[in-house]
Amino acid sequence: MKPAITYEIIEVSLLAGKIMLQSGAETYRVEDTMSRISAAYGISTSHCYATPTALIFSMEGENPTKLVRISERSTDLNKVTLVNGISRQISAGELSAKEALTSLKEIELADHTYPIWLQIFSAFISSGCFLIMFQGQWNDFLLACLAGGLGFSALIYLHKLLEMKFFAEFLSSFIIGVVAILTVRTGIGLEVDKIIIGSVMPLVPGLLITNAVRDLIAGHLMAGVAKGAEAFLTAFAIGIGIAATFIIF
Amino acid sequence: MIEQLITSFIASAAFGIIFSAPKESLVKCGFVGMAGWFLYFLLYSSNVSSIMATLAATLLVAIISQIFARYYKTPVIIFSVAGIIPLVPGGLSYDAMRNFVENDYNMALQLAARAFMLSGAIAMGLLFSEVINQLIKKSKQVKN
Repeated sequence: MKPAITYEIIEVSLLAGKIMLQSGAETYRVEDTMSRISAAYGISTSHCYATPTALIFSMEGENPTKLVRISERSTDLNKVTLVNGISRQISAGELSAKEALTSLKEIELADHTYPIWLQIFSAFISSGCFLIMFQGQWNDFLLACLAGGLGFSALIYLHKLLEMKFFAEFLSSFIIGVVAILTVRTGIGLEVDKIIIGSVMPLVPGLLITNAVRDLIAGHLMAGVAKGAEAFLTAFAIGIGIAATFIIF
Repeated sequence: MIEQLITSFIASAAFGIIFSAPKESLVKCGFVGMAGWFLYFLLYSSNVSSIMATLAATLLVAIISQIFARYYKTPVIIFSVAGIIPLVPGGLSYDAMRNFVENDYNMALQLAARAFMLSGAIAMGLLFSEVINQLIKKSKQVKN
């Protein structure tokens, strides 16, 4: 195989892996997709190694080994679906390496997330729903919505402003705690605990914790430990945010 | 019971929006979440331990997600994430954190251990369904 084409194949599978890792796909799926893509282009022996912060891809022979650094991670399931679709097309032999590269670049740049007001509204509604699911009372429904919506908008805004996830999570859970305690003190709300639990749910790193345990069991030890640490930090930030309100009030 | 069904449906679908799942899969996300929470709630209110209830509910979520993923040719994670969210022990972790702050370490460690066991149960449920899926795939290959 000519070197130029091989180089393109490396680029395609690395970009696919990068987008998937950044969008919150499972580690094993990232590695699986990358080796599938290179196998579909006729490279039988390739090694890829994915951790939440870096991605290494190497082929046998004289081809260069490449490393991609991943600094920002979020959850964007739409991108995972799109990349998955492309990898299916590649496996079926419908896309050349060049075509795949251009469409992957399009996916990387495109913004598929829902408008921010809709995301905040979802956090608003789901907080109230969680309150009911955790046996709260309908009286507190709107209060939990309010606290959850405020907390989630604070998270989005502060994350952009401070560019430090830990502090943004801390402050937004602090806001949730303040809203919950104030409403209960003034007699509008009934149960502080239920309101806080319901409205904190949009911030809780449930996906991360589960993925971490899952990666550990599946043998991806590095990825599992790293994700576990990230989840722990988030939970810790939320915890001390809430704790701070209890100490102040 | 009906309010539990409706709220879990809305909450799971809303989480689909937060995780920017594709538009056409939002209703399915809601359905998966509702099914999981329904089973959990049913078992939990008939005095099954919360770990067993979570395990069973996750297994159900994972199986439905696998079927959906196969049928609609999308990654499993889209459906399983939204379905698992209601089962995540957010309340327990909160209680644990609160006890840590109030210097009640005995209680806090107990709660934290339980939260850890519950997330372990969720992960086990997901893995079980994957193992079953692979067994089915392999047995099909052998037949061919």
